This record gives sequence, structure tokens and C-alpha cells, in this order.
Amino acid sequence: MFNIFKLALRNLRRYMRRTLLTSSLITLGIVAVLLFVSISGSFKSMMVGQITDSMLGHLQVHRKGYLASIDNLPLDRNLKGKQIKVVEEALEKDKNVAAYSMRIKLGAMFSNYTETTNIRLNAVNPEQELKTVPMLAERMIEGKKEGLVAKGEILVPELIAKGMDVKLNDSIVLVATNKDGSVNGQPFVVRGILEGISGPGGRDGIIHIDDARALLRMEDKEVSEIAIRLKKIQSMKDVFANLDTTLGSLKNQMDKPVFEVHTWEKLSPFFNIARMIDLMTLFIKVMLVAIVLVSIMNVMIMAVYERINEIGTIAAMGTSPNKILALFIMEGFLLGLLGTLSGVLISLLAIGAMNISQISFDFGRQEGLLLSPSIGVAEVLTVSLIVIAIAVLASLQPAWKAARMDPITALRHV
Amino acid sequence: MAMVVAKQLKKTYRSGDIDVQAIQGVDFTIQPASFVSFVGPSGSGKSTLLNMIGCLDPPTAGSLQVVGKDISNLNRQQAAKFRGEHIGFVFQDFNLIPVLTVFENVEYPLQMVQNWPREKRRKRVQELLEAVGMGDQGHKFPSQISGGQKQRVAVARALVTNASLVLADEPTANLDSTTANHVIELMKKMRDEFGTTFIFSTHDPRVVNNAETIFTLEDGKLLQGKGGNHV
Ligand SMILES: Nc1ncnc2c1ncn2[C@@H]1O[C@H](COP(=O)(O)OP(=O)(O)O)[C@@H](O)[C@H]1O
Ligand SMILES: [Mg+2]
Repeated sequence: MFNIFKLALRNLRRYMRRTLLTSSLITLGIVAVLLFVSISGSFKSMMVGQITDSMLGHLQVHRKGYLASIDNLPLDRNLKGKQIKVVEEALEKDKNVAAYSMRIKLGAMFSNYTETTNIRLNAVNPEQELKTVPMLAERMIEGKKEGLVAKGEILVPELIAKGMDVKLNDSIVLVATNKDGSVNGQPFVVRGILEGISGPGGRDGIIHIDDARALLRMEDKEVSEIAIRLKKIQSMKDVFANLDTTLGSLKNQMDKPVFEVHTWEKLSPFFNIARMIDLMTLFIKVMLVAIVLVSIMNVMIMAVYERINEIGTIAAMGTSPNKILALFIMEGFLLGLLGTLSGVLISLLAIGAMNISQISFDFGRQEGLLLSPSIGVAEVLTVSLIVIAIAVLASLQPAWKAARMDPITALRHV
Repeated sequence: MAMVVAKQLKKTYRSGDIDVQAIQGVDFTIQPASFVSFVGPSGSGKSTLLNMIGCLDPPTAGSLQVVGKDISNLNRQQAAKFRGEHIGFVFQDFNLIPVLTVFENVEYPLQMVQNWPREKRRKRVQELLEAVGMGDQGHKFPSQISGGQKQRVAVARALVTNASLVLADEPTANLDSTTANHVIELMKKMRDEFGTTFIFSTHDPRVVNNAETIFTLEDGKLLQGKGGNHV
């Protein structure tokens, strides 16, 4: 084994320039893949974090059919007393659940005493809401962040604040129609201005849930949605499956399901962007595989062709075909290994450098997001193993050809 | 026991639509420890004959015994094994492996073909390098030594495994006549020292006279009947 290793290594050294060129091509491919994976991963998790931690939560429970008409913010599809209890019990039992928040979503007229506009509102219990979407307070571009919102206060979305020329501590009036058709108005003080983010609910104003109930003259403690935060986002699939079976299977007297459970992925269009990034990652990996396959195969075919005479010599001396096969496979393997190791090294250094230099970027209206690329050991190992395996695979055919060569024909070759 | 026994040995190559009868039914016997040369003009069938004796090319017809074994029907694996155990080769172009040192080249068959243990191997290689007068050149690479020296190393490599038979197809064709004669003399000396049978081919009259037994080939046939014409 050692001799095969030694011979392969010497032969790689013999064609130093070619070896370096080929392995640096592989290095380049590895660096491209690992950097893309780490940067897009950082971007993705930041965006996912934004969406789940400042707006949606990880999971949401609604009354069945609510989501289909969420654009109208219907008030006749709220969860009521007993139904809320059932959900609460299920959530309290689940150890993966960190917090949850009850919300009433409603549409209203927003008046600054001179003009009126439509506004979509998210009425929350501030304590619950801050636990469920801890980054929500960060979205306040003006006003006091602590405690989020108190009774009689409203957080106005940036666009409406601008359009209606509303400032902090201004007084405004919200007018809403409840589900029985009766109209009610109530004054609010502007507590803060809220930065909008993309996705559903990203441009809603926020008021206290008790105010919403008063405004809507709600007798029962109804809620439109329950947003859930998990301790770890990784457990989302499990918790979802769990809730979907326990809550999703509950039926009413008419044998219709009562609840619907959704993950943030179903609720936000950003999930499609995330999926697109994954697809691009896959595409880049396929390119890498193609680069490795073609470059190693090319070099190994050349190596066999150049050494036909040597192959004839060692075959004549009685070297078994298996050893000749191993010799060339080892060469391809070492070439792949060399490229992979330097690729991984360069990638890790580059990722480290990017973290140190604190590169920032803008996403939509959000500026100065810090890029903090990172890469998992598993990802590095998988990419490395795939590349090395492809290198071996690519040298298989040329090596096979060398092993099967007829010694006389090979010796006669000039 | 004879080293090589050929009976009605034939080799026909098919090239395109015509059959080339490279060897047309030859009979000969070579005794152990002899020093034999096949002589003849280019195209007379010397290489073809040596390749058959060396288990590199199977005969088309007839029987061929080498080291007491009928080798006319070996498959690739068996032939490779047989060559590795019994036969050493010296080539016209020396055919040393360029990435290995002189020492490693001689070591190659012991390591890659016969799996000798390290210490024993090293001792044997040094012994052979000294026998061919290259004892102090082991660290050099083939590109750093002369043609004559390369062929000495090749002889050492052919002998290192204790092969009973060394085949050399035109071993002196790429050497000047002085060096050529030195190489043939070296082979003869090795025969005396190790008792190895040497068979070489040549069309070079300057070295033929060194052979003890000469077979003359012409158009795939041996001249002057069986047994060769002894000098
Ligand atoms: N592989 C082959 N295919 C076809 N003809 C061959 C082949 N090898 C040798 N020959 C023919 O066999 C004859 C003997 O060739 P060879 O043994 O090489 O002669 P020598 O070594 O004495 O020069 C020549 O006519 C040559 O053309
Ligand atoms: Mg010839």
C-alpha cells in the first residue's frame, strides 16, 4: 500500500504544474461551494430570523378557514373560549414551545381628525407578544421600546405615519365595525412608529388586545390567531406534526375540523426565496461535481496515455492488474484530496476573515445587516467526501484501461 | 530438466485480412544456466519468440515449456504471476521507472510483485547493485546515469528476484559497441555467479560472438536444424 502511495505521489510531483493546475481548479470549486453555502446560509437564517422573530413566530394556529380569507381580516372566524383552552393545553404540554401569543387581527379606519385611511391591526398582549416575537421591539424606529404597547396606545406603521403625517404622542381615532355590524370608535395615542417588513402582517399597526376587544365590543375572549415560538427552530417539523395531529384531528359537531396549524414557511413568501437559495446551492454543487469529474478524468487519461510504456514495463515484470489499477486510482484520489484540503482551508480562512471584517449588507428596506457566515462540520465533510469520491470515480475508467493493457502492445508503444 | 522446450511452436498474427506467420514451427531446447542468443535480421521473429518464452504472448500452436511448466494456455493473471516468479526482463530502452531512484527500481519487483520484508529486501537490492557495479549509485535517478549504467541497473532488476530465466530483447541496440559488449559481459558474469539462464536477441554482429549458443532465425524459421549452432 505504501509503495502505491509513494509511486502515485512521485508521479504527481513529476507533473507538478499539471497537478497544481488541476487541484487548484478543484480548490476553486470547493471554495465557491463552501463560501456560497455559508454566505447564503447566513443570509437565509438572518431573514428567517427576521420573519419568525419579529412577526410570524415559528408556528401559528387559527380557526379552520381563517387563513384562506386572512386578507379580509374576518372577525367571524375567531377561536373562542373552549377552543383556546384546547390549544393552550396542547402548547403547555409541549416542551419545545418557548412562548405563544394570542392575537386579534382586525381592519379599522384610522383618522388623524383631518384625514382617514384604512389600517390593519394586530392586537396583542404585549408581554406574550414580546416573548413570542422578541425582535418586534427592534422594529420600532421611534418611541419607547420597553413594554411594547399599553392600553390606549398604538404603534403606527411607518407608511401610514408618513402618509397621514402622524408624530409620536399625537392623538388619533380608530373606528371599527364588529361582526354584528355595529360601528365603534376609540381614541389612541401614538406610542411608536413601526418599521415595515416584507410579508403578510409586515405593515400592520399594533394595539393592546384589551383595546381591540373594547373597540369590537367583544363579549367573549376571542382570538384570531395564536403565534408560537419554539425553543429551537430545528424542532419545528416535529412540533408541527405533533400539533397537526392533536389539534388538526379535532372535529366539531358537523364533523368539520376546528383548527388549522401552519409553519412560518406556509405563511411567508420568503420561504420560496429560501428554497430558491437551496436550489442554487444544489446547482453549484452539481457544477462542482462536474468540474471535478471532468478535470480529474482528463488528467488521468493523459497520465495513462503518457505512461503506456511504463505500464507495459511493470506489467511485464509481473505487477498484477489490481495493483496497476490501484496505482492510478490512488493518483486521482490524492489529486482530489490535495484540491479538497486546500479548498477547505482557504474557505475556512475566508469565512473567518469575513466574520472579522464585519461585512454588512442591505435587504429591502433594512440596512446594515451584518453578514456572519458560518459553515457546519457536516457540510464541510459532505462536500469533501463527495469531491474525493468523484475524484476516485473519475480515475476509475483510465485506471481500468491501464490495468487491462496488454504488456506487449504497451511496450511497443512509442 | 530443460529450462525451455519448444516443439512445433507457431505464432500467427492477423493484420487486416492477411495472416503474418511470425514463427513457423520451431523446435529447440535450452538448458539451465546457458547463455543463448537468437540472431536474425529485423522482422525474422526474434521478439515474437522471446515474448512467447516470456509468457507475454501465447503461442498460436505447438507446445512451449518454461521452467518445467507448460505455458501455452495461461490466462492473464496466471501469466503475470508466472512472470513475476520466474522471469526477469531486460529491455532495449532500459525501461527504468523515471520517478524511482536506481535503488527503488531494483527494489520494485521485490516490493510490488513479490512482497519481500523490508530488511531482507534492502540487503538483496544492495547485493545486486554491487554485483553489477552500481553499489554507490543507488540514490540517483535514471535521468542522472548513462545508458550503459541504466542497462546494468536493468540487469540487476531482472536478477533481484532470483529469476531462473532472464530474457533480453535487443538489450544493446541503444548502446555504443564498447558499452554493448560490457553489458553482454556483465550478463555472462551474472550467469556464472547466479546460474541464471540468459536468452537475448540481437542483430548486432559485434555482440553475437559473446553468446555460447546461437540460434539463427530467418522468416520465422530456425536455420541449421534443431539445437542451434554452437560456437
Ligand atoms: N502484433 C503484431 N501484429 C502483426 N504482425 C506482427 C505483430 N508483431 C510482429 N509481427 C510481425 O511478425 C514478424 C516478426 O516480427 P518480430 O518478432 O518483431 O521480429 P524481430 O524482433 O526479429 O524484428 C514481422 O513480420 C512483424 O511484422
Ligand atoms: Mg524485435
